[in-house]
Amino acid sequence: MAEVETFRAPLIARATDRSPSSQTLRRSWEGPGGIAGWLSSVDHKEIGKRYLVTAFLFLIIGGLEAAVMRAQLAQPNGHLLTSEQYSQLFTMHGVTMIFLYALPVLSGFSNYLWPLLLGSRDMAFPRLNALSYWVFLFAGIFLYVSFPLGKAPDGGWFNYVPYASRAYNPGPNIDVYALGMVLLGISTTVGSINFIVTLLRMRAPGMSINRVPILIWGTLSTSVANLFAVPAVSLAFFMLWMDRQFGTHFFDVSAGGQPLLWQHLFWMFGHPWVYAIVLPAMGIVSDGLPTFCRRPLVGYTPVALSTVAAMTLGFGVWVHHMFATGLPAIAMSYFSAASMIIVIPSAVAVFSWIATIWTGRPVFTSAFLFFAGFVLLFVIGGLSGFMTASVPVDLQLTHTYFIVAHLHYTIIGINVFPVVGGIFYWFPKFTGRLMNETLGKWTFWVMFIGFNVGFFPMHILGLAGMPRRIYTYPEGLGWGPLNLIVTLGSYLFAIGVLLFLVNVFVSLKRGKSAGDNPWDGPSLEWSTSSPPPVYNFAVIPTVASRYPLWEGRLNQSEDDRSSTQEGFLLDKGRETLGTTSLDAEPDVILKMPPNAYSPLLLALALAVLFVAALLHSWWLLGACLIGTLLASIAWLWPQRSLSQIET
Amino acid sequence: MVEVGVSRTVLPVGSKAHHASGWWGMLTVIATEATLFAYLLFSYFYIASHAVGAWPPHGMPKLSLAIPGTIMLVAGSVTMWWGERGIDRGNAVQLMIGLAISMVLGIVFILLEGVEWAGEPFHLASGVYSSLYFTITGFHLAHVVVGLLLLMILFVWTALRYFDANRHSAVSIGVLYWHFITIVWLAVFFTFYIAPRL
Repeated sequence: MAEVETFRAPLIARATDRSPSSQTLRRSWEGPGGIAGWLSSVDHKEIGKRYLVTAFLFLIIGGLEAAVMRAQLAQPNGHLLTSEQYSQLFTMHGVTMIFLYALPVLSGFSNYLWPLLLGSRDMAFPRLNALSYWVFLFAGIFLYVSFPLGKAPDGGWFNYVPYASRAYNPGPNIDVYALGMVLLGISTTVGSINFIVTLLRMRAPGMSINRVPILIWGTLSTSVANLFAVPAVSLAFFMLWMDRQFGTHFFDVSAGGQPLLWQHLFWMFGHPWVYAIVLPAMGIVSDGLPTFCRRPLVGYTPVALSTVAAMTLGFGVWVHHMFATGLPAIAMSYFSAASMIIVIPSAVAVFSWIATIWTGRPVFTSAFLFFAGFVLLFVIGGLSGFMTASVPVDLQLTHTYFIVAHLHYTIIGINVFPVVGGIFYWFPKFTGRLMNETLGKWTFWVMFIGFNVGFFPMHILGLAGMPRRIYTYPEGLGWGPLNLIVTLGSYLFAIGVLLFLVNVFVSLKRGKSAGDNPWDGPSLEWSTSSPPPVYNFAVIPTVASRYPLWEGRLNQSEDDRSSTQEGFLLDKGRETLGTTSLDAEPDVILKMPPNAYSPLLLALALAVLFVAALLHSWWLLGACLIGTLLASIAWLWPQRSLSQIET
Repeated sequence: MVEVGVSRTVLPVGSKAHHASGWWGMLTVIATEATLFAYLLFSYFYIASHAVGAWPPHGMPKLSLAIPGTIMLVAGSVTMWWGERGIDRGNAVQLMIGLAISMVLGIVFILLEGVEWAGEPFHLASGVYSSLYFTITGFHLAHVVVGLLLLMILFVWTALRYFDANRHSAVSIGVLYWHFITIVWLAVFFTFYIAPRL
């Protein structure tokens, strides 16, 4: 066995994808083919694509649920659905979109793009990355297990007690939700840990913290927030499950428990989460928009700082979801003011995007249209949010369709539009092929018009007093015509999404060949092949500015330029470079793990463990605990090949 | 490929002490776990602050087992620190002794906690205080069990001569978690046993 080396002066080489040295890299990084390779893959690009595809499947499922609800509400006295069916549909619609689509789709982008943006060969913890995906997938399936039995979660996505207590909701519905959310929380947490350590450790030399793309700032803020927010909701759901199954009294007012504790814990998580599902999407725009405006982002530093600021402030505003619960006026005043302050970092970003478009030379591609359209929707969603930050206005509007309008402007406007734009932008990198631009522009206009026709009237319905979550409504309230418009608009929006999916499938086979850098983009992912080779970069790039590929025309001096073809070769097995946290100076040669089944096995053991808990099957639960233990030990066993053992 | 040269900086290869990604990973695990306990204790104080009547409802919690338990965990952290110092200098035997003593102290803590649980006049479903008490100390107990499993596997690996002065990041990472469990206990101990007396 080869001697394990302790120190090395790494070789610096000039190489591209076509150099012979890249053959060595390919052999080191390629896993086995076929099913075995698929199940054991730890490649961040593979995992990123799985995240994207799975999240889009959930988007379609959630969209179909919405379509059925809109059919019910299109006219007064609809009776397509019973109230119980409607409750399950709106709950699963919310759960699916918020938890199984909105963050996972951004995790998909970030998993695929982070190492490419950072100039690394993989994430810090490739196996943890695989675990995070598998647990997400299994949690998504878990949350749907009771759906075919007509026993899906039905307490709304924020699942307030006492509605969700056993006395009022005795079936398995809420237990599925509670356990499913704890399981999903594991996925979110390990995924966030991976992003944070990757940011701290895996940047190309020279990519100091003030040179990372804004998408990195967005996902980093989100990941740090998740570390501190997810435990609140996991705990809340665990306590609820205990209350329901083991007779504890956390939320039981008759025994000294506090129903409002649920709301506090839920929203201490819930509000940061709202920012977690938009900040990386805003990052997509901040990185994509400059490419199509042919200039650097206006105000990189303020945008980066306001990303972090918005996330931080996001932890101090949760009570604005609880203005109607009778809290003391002093508390409400504070949380109202804090909520309004969030306008400032949001406005910084908006003005930066507008200034980038204004002072640039926009190229009106499909991606640009989605990014620019997003800016308008962001402003509308932000304004309605600002309105409801005011206590008296909120008391009037809470639990009406105004809130439904607001949250869809934020989630569809600030998440779905940038995501679709981001797919148009990076599809050539993912696949090597361009998407169809003509169809893409049609898609944008159909989605944009459909969305506004479908969701803007909801503001008016809310002002007219229509409560959210009602399964039907009588005639004579004046809500009928607007509801019909809402239904038709949302169906038009759905047609737009369908056009997008058609474009994806057609372009996968027939799209024009893209080349390495079809949009003349500035960041490192465009310096490697499309799709990128399994090892990402033939040599580890060196970075000298925020826009490494634009330095020539940005008048960067010639002797201080980034280098994408000359750098550390690191070809002795799966290796990449670890750098220092702030300045990104070379720090360590990292040995990366080979393909492994342990993430899949651990995820399976965890998923079955939660099924066992749901069924109160304690012997199975014990077996799964042993399974998780064994899978973890196999995973962590020190390896000579990873330089964890030297003797 | 053209070889341009050899880097002037010599870099460590692979997992070494704080160069190991796992060290950074463990810090983030501790951050999120510490937050979990913060939310648990928040729930305790939130419910306590709204309590009607006496709090704690069953009288002051007894210190006769909790203080010895606390001493066990703190002592277990000290012995673990001593053991880790051993492997820093390449002394695997000292590490194994440290691991063994810490494990014994951890097991004694669990036994003391078990005796206390068995002696309580209330059970999980008696009321909101008992729910909090068993859930929060139970969460901590689960962490002690995980910590013990970690020490156990580290003991096996040390016995297999996997670690030397140069490579023992798994030890540093495991020991960090063990210290965290002690510190969290101090917060739990303060909340349940000291705060009501203040």
